[in-house]
Amino acid sequence: MPIQVLMPALSPTMEKGNLAKWLKKEGETIKSGDVIAEIETDKATMEVEATDEGTLGKILIPEGTADVAVNTPIATILADGESAADLAKAPAPAAKSAESAPPAAAKAEAPAPKAAPAPQAVAEPDPEVPAGTEMVTQTIREALRDAMAEEMRRDADVFVMGEEVAEYQGAYKVTQGLLQEFGAKRVIDTPITEHGFAGVGVGAAMTGLKPIVEFMTFNFAMQAIDQIINSAAKTLYMSGGQMGCSIVFRGPNGAAARVAAQHSQDYSAWYSNIPGLKVVAPFSAADYKGLLKAAIRDPNPVIFLENEVLYGHTGEVPKLDDFIIPIGKARIVRSGSHVTIISWSNGMTYALKAADELAKDGIEAEVIDLRTLRPMDTETIVNSVKKTGRAVTVEEGWAQSGVGAEIAARIMENAFDYLDAPVARVSGKDVPMPYASNLEKLALPSAAEVVGAAKAVCYR
Amino acid sequence: MAAPKKAAAGAAQDKTDGGSPPEFTREQELKALREMLLIRRFEEKAGQLYGMGAIGGFCHLYIGQEAVVVGMQMALKEGDQVITGYRDHGHMLATGMEANGVMAELTGRRGGYSKGKGGSMHMFSKEKHFYGGHGIVGAQVSLGTGLAFANHYRGNGNVSVTYFGDGAANQGQVYESFNMAELWKLPVIYVIENNRYAMGTAVSRASAQQDFSKRGVSFNIPGKQVDGMDVRAVKAAGEEAAAWCRAGKGPFILEMQTYRYRGHSMSDPAKYRTREEVEKIRHDQDPIEQVRNRLLAAKVSEADLKAIDAEVRDIVNASADFAQHDPEPDAAELWTDVYR
Repeated sequence: MPIQVLMPALSPTMEKGNLAKWLKKEGETIKSGDVIAEIETDKATMEVEATDEGTLGKILIPEGTADVAVNTPIATILADGESAADLAKAPAPAAKSAESAPPAAAKAEAPAPKAAPAPQAVAEPDPEVPAGTEMVTQTIREALRDAMAEEMRRDADVFVMGEEVAEYQGAYKVTQGLLQEFGAKRVIDTPITEHGFAGVGVGAAMTGLKPIVEFMTFNFAMQAIDQIINSAAKTLYMSGGQMGCSIVFRGPNGAAARVAAQHSQDYSAWYSNIPGLKVVAPFSAADYKGLLKAAIRDPNPVIFLENEVLYGHTGEVPKLDDFIIPIGKARIVRSGSHVTIISWSNGMTYALKAADELAKDGIEAEVIDLRTLRPMDTETIVNSVKKTGRAVTVEEGWAQSGVGAEIAARIMENAFDYLDAPVARVSGKDVPMPYASNLEKLALPSAAEVVGAAKAVCYR
Repeated sequence: MAAPKKAAAGAAQDKTDGGSPPEFTREQELKALREMLLIRRFEEKAGQLYGMGAIGGFCHLYIGQEAVVVGMQMALKEGDQVITGYRDHGHMLATGMEANGVMAELTGRRGGYSKGKGGSMHMFSKEKHFYGGHGIVGAQVSLGTGLAFANHYRGNGNVSVTYFGDGAANQGQVYESFNMAELWKLPVIYVIENNRYAMGTAVSRASAQQDFSKRGVSFNIPGKQVDGMDVRAVKAAGEEAAAWCRAGKGPFILEMQTYRYRGHSMSDPAKYRTREEVEKIRHDQDPIEQVRNRLLAAKVSEADLKAIDAEVRDIVNASADFAQHDPEPDAAELWTDVYR
């Protein structure tokens, strides 16, 4: 029976890709290892190699097709002795193909918890954006790149350094095109040496340069955390205000998909514990852009926590010459009167989805996107809780000594008399992140858990 | 700047040149003597104040190692940066920072370089291009490499002089920094002050490669062992290294063979070496006595030397007085300088 070639997944978070080009024609002989096609995602372009031998029978997905789902059959290969007539025996392409494909490839489970696009249903207009501003649709990845490029055009002291930021165009393609525009002097590929290059960045910042230090992920920044905390965060204080450090440490933080314990940790709580650091963790594309620009201009060290799962998500970004979101201001993304849900970064995915669900049951949730973890916008949280009397925090990180615990404490300190129920926390489970798809889902928070917590505090 | 004497990168590892280092002029000898004396008397006074309880926390004295910073400073030019670890009082005085400000920081007073918020290990002076004062062993090596990165980025011709000890030389980030410095040809002189003991651990008990000038071999960084007790040898080596850096050839390693007379810190039990060992080095190699003896041989009068000593003592005594009478920082200072 003809062999099906399926759309491959090129990364843990890939859900679909473009079929850029066919390098073999129908009828051509194919040997194992031959490059037959080029696949493109917003992160990378990859070659598809044949793993079977035979003749390229039929191309099922023509080149130039966008958004081909992972595991979709893209071609059939005829084995020796098979002819075009045998193609009919091949399982029909399209949606149901997965069921009849070989079991290994057919595991049609969505790649971990991010099957559904993030709800970006924003009920409340952003107060930072003037009414009538033209908006452009961008991925978060593009918003980040534009923020860096704009700031680099504006200030020659700004440069980017990190692993694979230049020639590779960014391990997650966030720095795409920067090398071409700004050259190797300002877009610097480092060796794999986090502790060392974080220190180099801090030293350069002490002289007044403004480095953007990219960590491939914040998991690797644990190698560098001494320089971030002991050198970057404390020097201004230790020098009596003489010598500070304007530097941004940025990169993906938290769980991606199926990368297990050492690559999935959420460091929100760790960095937000440290005086001297500012910690930003946005959710929407506009906030990613406006806050990164603010972070680069900030005279203090800023930890800019991104989320790999969100990189490919699109959102409306104001088309303004200089769009800045001030650090330290939360945003009410959805108004409601029954319960306040507070989250940030990818936690907002669960929070917003839960708010939709709750609305169906007549519970109107007010959803706050914290955006900045330090300094924390206590006022916005407290004002909301004074109105709703109930609060749920949502984070991917662990509960113990977590950001949710901090929020709960602030609510208790500032709005105790307004509370109609104890603050509930939804968080990552108290285990290292497991690899297995089902366990990973269980370890992460879910919209259902947020719904459950919100109903519990509403005594429903 | 003179061209480096050993220009070939392959010629990297030199032992101390056999002959004596270039002679100093009388003026240079007098300057070196004064600077080294200032450090020694300052440190002796700091030790006293510590004993009196006027200085708290940790206090690491530089006595015995004075020729290293004084010789290096004589090899630098305005704009070159200095960064070091926690045994930093000598470095600060050598860069021209005021004794009053350093001593008042040791006593935790508002007139200290860090307004009393940094202490012995954390002082800085933008004006004197002194970038600390770092309490985490080895951290200053990456930071100092970053200073050199900034010089390279700006193309300002300045050199970063990054000091660390034989103990810090075993930290991983030192080699991460070496790699990047050579890869990017950054103008940094790594001055390894080998005073033979990392706290109480002798070099032979901690280091597989005890020739620290060779620590850059696998990165192609040239290195040189220098008699760190002879201020002339230090200056000559410093000039060679600085010229190498300024010529765009990248980093240079200088192993300064020196010795610390006092304990690691004030609470050192001194069980790891003998009193005789300390006395012998003090007697045979003291960096200040070497200069004094040369000056006397060159017919500088005892009285002239005493006058220098008196001037230095006045500065140090005044700093001790200032540091004990200057008020503590205002309570409001607790909350300042966290962010700017």
